[in-house]
Amino acid sequence: MKFDILTICYIVAAVTFIVGLKMLSSPATARRGNLVAAAGMFIAIVGTIFLYKDEDGLPLHNYAWIFAALIIGAIIGVVAAKKVKMTAMPEMVSFFNGMGGACAALISVIEFDYVFRAAEKMNYVHFSEGVVPGHYLAIVAGSIIGSVSFAGSMVAWGKLNGSFKDVIFKAQHTINLLIFAGVIVLAIITFFAVNAYADYFFIATVILALIYGVLFVLPIGGADMPVVISLLNSFTGVAAACGGFLYNNKAMLTGGILVGAAGTLLTILMCKAMNRSLTNVLIGSFGGNETSGGGNARTTGGTYKEISISDAAMVMRYANKVMIVPGYGLAVAQAQHTCHELEKLLEEKGVEVGYAIHPVAGRMPGHMNVLLAEADVSYDKLLELEQANDALKTTDVVLVLGANDVVNPAAKNNPSSPIYGMPILDVEQAKTVIVNKRSMKPGYAGIENDLFYQPKTSMLFGDGKKVLQDLINEIKAL
Amino acid sequence: MEATLQWISANQQMIYIVILMIFLGIEIIGRVPSVLHTPLMSGANAIHGVVIIGAIIVMGRASEHNYLALILGFLAVILGTLNVVGGFVVTDRMLEMFKKKK
Repeated sequence: MKFDILTICYIVAAVTFIVGLKMLSSPATARRGNLVAAAGMFIAIVGTIFLYKDEDGLPLHNYAWIFAALIIGAIIGVVAAKKVKMTAMPEMVSFFNGMGGACAALISVIEFDYVFRAAEKMNYVHFSEGVVPGHYLAIVAGSIIGSVSFAGSMVAWGKLNGSFKDVIFKAQHTINLLIFAGVIVLAIITFFAVNAYADYFFIATVILALIYGVLFVLPIGGADMPVVISLLNSFTGVAAACGGFLYNNKAMLTGGILVGAAGTLLTILMCKAMNRSLTNVLIGSFGGNETSGGGNARTTGGTYKEISISDAAMVMRYANKVMIVPGYGLAVAQAQHTCHELEKLLEEKGVEVGYAIHPVAGRMPGHMNVLLAEADVSYDKLLELEQANDALKTTDVVLVLGANDVVNPAAKNNPSSPIYGMPILDVEQAKTVIVNKRSMKPGYAGIENDLFYQPKTSMLFGDGKKVLQDLINEIKAL
Repeated sequence: MEATLQWISANQQMIYIVILMIFLGIEIIGRVPSVLHTPLMSGANAIHGVVIIGAIIVMGRASEHNYLALILGFLAVILGTLNVVGGFVVTDRMLEMFKKKK
């Protein structure tokens, strides 16, 4: 009878995953959706621990190990997730995703070990005699996809927190393709190998898959990491589903495939928000080989003009309408609270202030919304792309805070630019543009920005937080 | 060939689930506003942490002398828990900020 209760646990879990994901896709219900899915997960985990029976009707053992691992994992997880700064959340997600991928890969490796040992005991000559192709496929797919997801997520994590740079070398895509082909070939060899060597081939498959994961993400530019993380996220989902096949576990299968499908669609939606295709993100453009060849995107140079803090303060204080364009720089400088202060101060002085939010500003879609929400910026001050572009026509001063690529006119008028075609915030429509950056270095995508050399534009160099603080003091003094 | 066909019929429920979930997954997030892309990704990330169930089963079935399975399984449970717990907590933190501004 007990087994039936576990089945019900899994059904409940599967339903909560579906409902939770559905609720997560609407702002009003998102938070509850997350809790619903978490509750379902809790039921599934507790149910598995206490109610699971294997084919011979035996319950699980090694409880001490299981609980120790659960407690260690839960403590690290909660602490890491609670302590992480708002700006570092994207890499945190990538890190957790990598953990899930590694978990899926480990399960498959252990399962391979079982099958391998069983085949050894039976004295089979070939490994394939001891295993059904479908079962082997689930094992090998789980370990390959899990490994790629783990290695890739770790690189993405490292890139976002700055410990890895983009690495580009010649014929990279060809090499990657060859390595991927190598992984597949090794996986097939493992299946047909003489049993004594099958484990070596399997280990080689996993190692090569790890290498592929690293090389797959390395050349992709930091600005595209959200898309990559989302893609790896759906990979992990598929790897988890492979685990579901191994244990005939429908909760794992439902959750895994659901995330795999939703994650893939989400990846495509993210690409669409940048008006680019997935292939273009993965093999092209940012940081890809073409960029180094397409050097003409960098031909701009020339002169830019600087503006002093007091002049900038003056211009903004006496403007009718100021539009703030936040970018990653704002997140790095942790200047969201200071920014909100400036906004309040200007409003007190009768200036209309709005925020123009580009969907991919920052390192993640929605990054800026989350950041500004943290500083209690009112929701109706945040304008989405189209609204913002309308409002910019009647704006006197645009203050660009650490944003670069999302205001780069090259996306509109330079077909050779890697970001050509991406919708941008048309800040040039405003009367004056003030750009706060730390230096003249190009943005994350590594593309020069014509905007900075426009006669309308003035540069205000310095750390975002300090500059904003100075502006506040200056405006107060006016 | 026969083995494969047998495997398919033995797993037919699973295969149905795969097919239905692919469509369902695409359907339910079809109209998500871009603001929610990141939390949604993070939430989905936590959901695939369901792989931890597999890790627990592996761990619980490993015989006491199979050190490879014990050690790797132990590691897998830790990593899976990290994925689940961390994933849900981070998502909740992100969404908490959306809620404040009404």
